Amino acid sequence: MYVQDRASARSEYLASRPISEDNLVPEDPALGLVAFSSPFDPQPSLRLQDGCIVELDGKAQADFDMLDEFIARHGIDVSVAEEAMATATVDFARMIVDPGVPRSEVTRLASGMTPAKIAATLALLTPVEILQAMQKMRVRRTPSIQAHVTNRVDHPLLIAADAASAVALGFRELETTVPVLRHAPSNALALLIGSQVGQPGALTQCSVEERTELELGMRGLTTYAETVSVYGTEQVFVDGDDTPWSKAFLASCYASRGLKMRFTSGSGAEVLMGASEGKSMLYLEARCIALTRAAGAQGVQNGGIDGVNVTASVPDGMREVIAENLCVMLHDLESCSGNDTLMSASDIRRTAHTFPLLLAGTDFLFSGFGSVPAYDNAFGPSNMNAEDLDDYLVVQRDWGFEGGLRWRDDADLVAVRRRAAEACRAVFEALGLAEFSDEDVDACVRAHGSLDVPALPPELPEVASERVMDAGLTALDAVGALHERGYELEAERVLEMIRQRLLGDVLQTSAILNEDLQVLSSLTDPNDYAGPGTGYRMAPDRRNEVARVRNVWSAADLALEQTRSEGCVLLRDNGPALRGERADEVVIGLSPAFGRDIWVALNGMTVAEVLRAVLAGVEAEGLAARLIRVRRSIDLGSIGSTAARLSGSGLSVGLQAKGTALIHRADLPPLANLELLSIAPRITPELYRQLGCNAARYAKGLVPEPLLLPESSEPLGPRYHARVVALVATERRLAENADPIELGAAWPT
Amino acid sequence: MADLSYPLSPGARAQVRSATGKAVDEITLDVAVSDALGPRDVAVSADTLRLQAGFAERGGNPQLGENLRRAAELVAFDDDELLRFYEMLRPARSSAQELDSLAAELSERGAQRCAELVREARAVYVRRGLIA
Repeated sequence: MYVQDRASARSEYLASRPISEDNLVPEDPALGLVAFSSPFDPQPSLRLQDGCIVELDGKAQADFDMLDEFIARHGIDVSVAEEAMATATVDFARMIVDPGVPRSEVTRLASGMTPAKIAATLALLTPVEILQAMQKMRVRRTPSIQAHVTNRVDHPLLIAADAASAVALGFRELETTVPVLRHAPSNALALLIGSQVGQPGALTQCSVEERTELELGMRGLTTYAETVSVYGTEQVFVDGDDTPWSKAFLASCYASRGLKMRFTSGSGAEVLMGASEGKSMLYLEARCIALTRAAGAQGVQNGGIDGVNVTASVPDGMREVIAENLCVMLHDLESCSGNDTLMSASDIRRTAHTFPLLLAGTDFLFSGFGSVPAYDNAFGPSNMNAEDLDDYLVVQRDWGFEGGLRWRDDADLVAVRRRAAEACRAVFEALGLAEFSDEDVDACVRAHGSLDVPALPPELPEVASERVMDAGLTALDAVGALHERGYELEAERVLEMIRQRLLGDVLQTSAILNEDLQVLSSLTDPNDYAGPGTGYRMAPDRRNEVARVRNVWSAADLALEQTRSEGCVLLRDNGPALRGERADEVVIGLSPAFGRDIWVALNGMTVAEVLRAVLAGVEAEGLAARLIRVRRSIDLGSIGSTAARLSGSGLSVGLQAKGTALIHRADLPPLANLELLSIAPRITPELYRQLGCNAARYAKGLVPEPLLLPESSEPLGPRYHARVVALVATERRLAENADPIELGAAWPT
Repeated sequence: MADLSYPLSPGARAQVRSATGKAVDEITLDVAVSDALGPRDVAVSADTLRLQAGFAERGGNPQLGENLRRAAELVAFDDDELLRFYEMLRPARSSAQELDSLAAELSERGAQRCAELVREARAVYVRRGLIA
């Protein structure tokens, strides 16, 4: 007989998991849906004539599109091009990975290579090879991290408070943007003020349309820029309303005002715009990066970015994303490595996107960790957000990578948030931009996000922004207002950001200012990784900082928890425990620390409550209970067995102070038992009572139904193991080479 | 200036000057709040940018050096002018003649490298049909 089964329950379950919400597609090179090595990618080639490039990746000079032309003119070092192009692709791939080959030798050869040559090289690398290469090839020795600081209503005080939190947590670049373009000046000003509370020197930007972004920078309301987008095909470049020449000119405009700037690219954009020319994502990205180097920008934000979900939809997509980041490093440019867009509905998958980069280290691990709640991120949720902060800090602690962040006590954060919100309010009022109430300030100080603050008058950010623009306000006006209202420290720090523009040190590749206002860049902090024992290593102070996270349980914390219930039962020593004669008794064997130094079991019950529940069960069956303490062993089997051998009925209950319990019988080997409640955190008062009942029923010769713990997939190990270690150590300390004693219990009221 | 080394901060704050010749260490908070400073007093100077260009070139990035040398040329231009030039270089905004004039204007005002960039753009825009 033929039976047509319905879909299995397992399959139905899996189809309902978050991962099933992610869109995946088959490779389709014609649409550009291919991560590496499209059949339409050109073969690497380069031909020189009189020192000029007359053929690039299979195209003759007359057929160059504007990207080819710009790269050929400015992006390739013709003095090494012939040597570089003659190097076998696999040999170059090995040089990239090999820690014995100096970083400078790799960048020297890469500067003479075409985009197709570099793309073909990167296609050969496994994920681990890419990560190993990054460790050597990123520009700055010390990794850093950037934050998104935005909210859905463009609340200036909340922006300032969140900026101060971000800096306190360790972010060194802060990026804001606006749901409404007209609000940009207000956001930029609030971010600038908040960024200099707590610690000096964090760089800030406001990501908006190119022209507005430049204007804000010229006024000193931002200190760097990032959203200078480039694309890998001529059509998409023009759709983006720019050319390589306009972008190169824009780069010089930023530099002419002392502003740090990086370009943005990232695969998937060309596919989304329907003009990928059938090329692989990595090849198009290699063109973007070559063009960025050619334009003289010091760095690149890439690794998916807005297109990450397109890249993630094809096979090998995530390997392509980290290959993009490495491609930036090969060009000796600052890598600001993405992770700024939520790439999956699955927590496992989105973590898998970010985690490899954290291990390898880049100049900026995120081009925007969402330092605010996901709902407040005006860029859209980042791949990690404020909700994930503690997870990030614990993972950083687990693996010891430099993730750039540190845990801060809430009181410290609240203090800088208050200072920032008040300073921002003072500046907005002094400059006649907007008025705020005390309630606005208080709510922004405490807020998790904009849903926690009173509604702003809807026109406030727009009016404030118009006034900034109409009055021609600059960072110098912010300095004056801070000074006038008594925020001397912040006035000095904002002024220092103005001075930094005159010095121009942050124009060099991968430059950041640390909290001592020292510049860390390609020139002062070059990556010197050359194998084990070299490169960035966490200093001892930093390691201690990384080790501090929420919920680290010290012995002192545990002792405090125990002392709170000290004396809940008084156990009197009644002399040596003897073998009982009564067949109607059950002996309760207690562990060495039970009711001595341990007073609370892992499920939160006091040891008195545990003991009374067991006794109540024995008594309910009409039997007598006798208490002994086993002093020689902390092992529950031994405790139960020792008690059983002293029991007139041969039956016992064994109890460890942490709450683990069993029923034992005199004729069983010590490590056996009749029933065991092994997972102490999940034992309920009723189960302890029933354990007493069952022990009594065995003593009466009955065969009771064994007890089962309620089923659960809760992760108990991580929650309790640190406590278990401390409790076991206490039991061990109180164990002694001595015979059992009889106990009398008294119950203080 | 020429003998200064990277980084310019903190060691060279007395020698590094703004676009109007104010030394960085003269720009104290007292001065900044006295209304004595105009925007140009707190603008980076062409000399500083050329110095940074040299650091970039010696650090192995001639393109970054070139960008900073173009930037040095642009220090003298107003914000509005730069925004206008950038707009002219965007796709299909300018005729070939307008780009010629832009190159000439830049060249006359001492921005040779920027003028060259515009001339290069003009040729490519004509060839690729990106002229208004």
